[in-house]
Amino acid sequence: MNGVGIVSYGAYVPHFRITPDDIGKVWGVDGKAMGKGLMISSKSVPAPDEDTITISVEAARNMMKRCDINPKDIGALYVGSESHPYAVKPTGTIVAEAIEAAPDLTVADLEFACKAGTAALQTCMGLVGAGMVKYAVAVGADTSQGAPGDALEYSASAGGAAFLIGKEKVIATIDNTYSYTTDTPDFWRREGKLFPRHGGRFTGEPAYFKHVVSGGMGLFEKTGTEPKDYEYAVFHQPNGKFPTRVARQLGFAEDQMRTGLLVPTIGNTYSGAVPLGLAAILDEAKPGDRIFAVAYGSGAGSDAFDIRVTDEMARFGRDLAPTMTEIMANPKYLDYATYAKYKGKIVKGRD
Amino acid sequence: MATAPRFWRENPSRYNLVGFKCNNCGNHYFPPRIICPLCRRKSVGKIEPVRLKGTGTIFSFTEVHEGMDEQNMQRPYIVAMVELDEGARITGQVIDCDARDLSIGTEVRATLRKLSEEGSSGVIHYGYKFIPLCNGPAASENE
Ligand SMILES: [Zn+2]
Repeated sequence: MNGVGIVSYGAYVPHFRITPDDIGKVWGVDGKAMGKGLMISSKSVPAPDEDTITISVEAARNMMKRCDINPKDIGALYVGSESHPYAVKPTGTIVAEAIEAAPDLTVADLEFACKAGTAALQTCMGLVGAGMVKYAVAVGADTSQGAPGDALEYSASAGGAAFLIGKEKVIATIDNTYSYTTDTPDFWRREGKLFPRHGGRFTGEPAYFKHVVSGGMGLFEKTGTEPKDYEYAVFHQPNGKFPTRVARQLGFAEDQMRTGLLVPTIGNTYSGAVPLGLAAILDEAKPGDRIFAVAYGSGAGSDAFDIRVTDEMARFGRDLAPTMTEIMANPKYLDYATYAKYKGKIVKGRD
Repeated sequence: MATAPRFWRENPSRYNLVGFKCNNCGNHYFPPRIICPLCRRKSVGKIEPVRLKGTGTIFSFTEVHEGMDEQNMQRPYIVAMVELDEGARITGQVIDCDARDLSIGTEVRATLRKLSEEGSSGVIHYGYKFIPLCNGPAASENE
């Protein structure tokens, strides 16, 4: 799309992990088998002083470290999440201040379950493409919650990634995007409620699979491409099973999606999932490589992207900020009691 | 008890470690002040705001077992005096590690975390804390 693309990117995942085995022990469930079924061996857990704001700031700062643009040239910043710490008071205001982009820019928080980060990406593409702003920042980040004992508790985790969108020194052009949206009540959280609810079996076929496949097929049609035209593919990953199956349905081979599949070690980072997978791919992609990405958000919809790595990648300061491999290295494992305390699942006598 | 307006006024320095350099003695300080604590009157007109890089080493640290209510969920927690690369000394919490992982001279970098919340419906305050570099990827410097 007229040269608009990714100028820089940065990622962040909290330091702590818990295993499905340790969660299962508390609820009398075979957590090991649960983890195996979900293809999740551990999930990330935010520290008590972390939230979507601090995760977004860390990701955005890593993004700024990799490039030498003036933060004052950033004209727009959007944070997509379903766990904004404030119901009213945008996460983006603090992120903009923390990367010294404030005050001359427009900021808003976006929400579309797990695809709010890619919705932010599309919004930035439009603004930059129209020439309204020189640079725009899209962040996808979450500290998602599953109710104690609920199936979601084995996967819901935390993390996020940030992308700087522009027209100059682009390391990867976003050549096309396609979205598919319907009214599907597969997963929701009512205003003021702490934990989300989901439609059980309803979350698979008519929700995730229908929308990701339709999004992917729509992009193939729009671009006249097929799976073999892409070196990498990344899909929304609520567990390891869904993206693996959807990749097969769309005709991708396992080695095309291996790099972007992070859910086995960090769990489901919701709005952070496709952005983090894309960051892992950009960590190793070479000029000319083509990336196929499809995000999914309950409610429901999908955003698909056709991304091509440019020659600029060879000159890009990739190692000026930690790569996904480095970010995920040396985690600290928590027991369930500490995890429950960290996630605020313990009701204290007073507040 | 810190109030929202006081916190708000200090946000730029708290988020981005904006301190100052005294162009009379050449020293860096944090937080920002109007005159240099060393040169005093001689520093008037020679104070320059400077964004500190946030990397440094632990000068001294302690493990707090009975501390502020805000930090109850993290007890015991670690507070350190960090000597930044520019020379300024700054006190802050060291996170995502145990006291046994730290010693005098341990390299740390600044990050942004929640400092406190004014109850469950009040303002959330954010600011710098420190993470040991050995915890994960070394923070690269922008130079
Ligand atoms: Zn002085």
